[in-house]
Amino acid sequence: MTAEQKRKVEGAVALALSTAAAFLGLFWLVFILGDVLFHGIRALTPDLFLNDPVPPGVEGGGLRNAFVGQLMITVCATLIGVPVGILGGTFLAEYARGWKIARFISILADIMVSVPSIVIGTFIYAILVKPVGHFNGWAGAIALSIIMIPVVLRTTEDMLSLVPWTLREAAFALGAPYYKVITQVVYRGAATGILTGILLSIARVAGETAPLLFTSFNNSFFSLNMHQPVASLTVTIFQYAMGPYESWHEQAWAASFVITVFILLLTMAGRLLIKWRYK
Amino acid sequence: MEVQIVADTVELEVRDLDFHYSGDIHALKKINLSVHRNKVTALIGPSGCGKTTLLRCFNRMHDLYPKNRYEGEIRFQGKNILSNSTDLINLRSRIGMVFQKPTPFPMTIFDNIAYGLKLKGITQRSELSERVEKALVHSVLWDEVKDKLNASAYELSGGQQQRLVIARALAVEPEILLFDEPTSALDPISTAKIEELVVAIKREVTIVIVTHNMQQAARISDWTGFLMLGELIEFGGTEKIFTAPSEKLTEDYVTGRFG
Repeated sequence: MTAEQKRKVEGAVALALSTAAAFLGLFWLVFILGDVLFHGIRALTPDLFLNDPVPPGVEGGGLRNAFVGQLMITVCATLIGVPVGILGGTFLAEYARGWKIARFISILADIMVSVPSIVIGTFIYAILVKPVGHFNGWAGAIALSIIMIPVVLRTTEDMLSLVPWTLREAAFALGAPYYKVITQVVYRGAATGILTGILLSIARVAGETAPLLFTSFNNSFFSLNMHQPVASLTVTIFQYAMGPYESWHEQAWAASFVITVFILLLTMAGRLLIKWRYK
Repeated sequence: MEVQIVADTVELEVRDLDFHYSGDIHALKKINLSVHRNKVTALIGPSGCGKTTLLRCFNRMHDLYPKNRYEGEIRFQGKNILSNSTDLINLRSRIGMVFQKPTPFPMTIFDNIAYGLKLKGITQRSELSERVEKALVHSVLWDEVKDKLNASAYELSGGQQQRLVIARALAVEPEILLFDEPTSALDPISTAKIEELVVAIKREVTIVIVTHNMQQAARISDWTGFLMLGELIEFGGTEKIFTAPSEKLTEDYVTGRFG
């Protein structure tokens, strides 16, 4: 075999291997999504959203408690996590710009992003569940917000750093104090980027199970009380999928479908925003 | 010929100004000059000579960055603006600045101009509209944008953006307007419009302009300062600087022998 032939064969092998790898990855992705879609849509009924769970064997139960609980926990987590994340990111990119501590916090946040969520769940269990004596919704919301904060913080920091300095100087030159420069000019320039970060961070926590298992746990009844255990879709899916009843399995599929679609839409909205902003 | 009754008044007086950037870079050395009211003062010189640094001392822009150090005095209407007690927000609303690249804010054309007015505490819609229009008419942009005041300022061309920024600076009625190479990013036609504008507005505002375009300095300024390596080599009437400079260095520079 000549050197040229050898190179051609090597090229063909590399192409074949990388194509196979790509298809292997795609195959499982399509398989999982297809499976969730197939089973989920079949189990999707109006009852699922309108009724609370009923004992196995009884017809017509739903997961209204879990949908509402998931919404409460996610909204509370967002209300805690987003302001802290944005203000923290603002501190790093604006006030602490160039300080060593800013770089340090930035690296810490990057590490926080990759901390396993179960670790955060057990940590919150130790400080907010154990002392209180029972699982509660607030603990779940705070656990999720702790996962959100580093994501929002780093996105905010990066997006603010992308706003050109001349824009800040121009605002200063008009006699604006720093906080007005930030809130009225810099935030405006970075708004889409920050919003994207927020959407992606919500998508990130909406699918978390482990931190909720240790904190808000689950509730078979409809409850709006955040001081008590609150049902969530992810924990319910976990419990129902493990359960022995066929009707539970179906509802777990349906819930999986709904949460997958929700996260998919959030992620797509985030991506579209980026595309629209930087086109 | 009209008799000039009002003698030139000094608006800004620079006395023995030294400036160090952080890291002890001595960027300005013992600068002395006077900026006259309602005149255009041009600062020229080769790249890195300190002309922009000097301009940015006038509105204390250097204070945005740590460890920059001023020595000497800059007296603005008799008061030293380099003193620690200077209210920078007040100072910057009285001494405006236009930058090299247009710096429209990410908001509508109207809001861009209204921004400085709102900072000054003007909130009434009718007064805002009136003053926004006045500023845009003033900077000869009104006819081009009057039908799209609610469009994003980024939709304007570079030259229009620069005139918008000038309108924004004029709207707050500053006493001095600092221009930092305002036309270096623009085409010749836009440049000509900005130059006309600068000459037209000097009736209301004192102008200091940094430029690396000597013809521009000669065309529009009344006074010219020539800087080199952080020193003010010569300062005087523009005509004199360009036709009969006292210093050999100035002559070499304005005749294009270096720079």
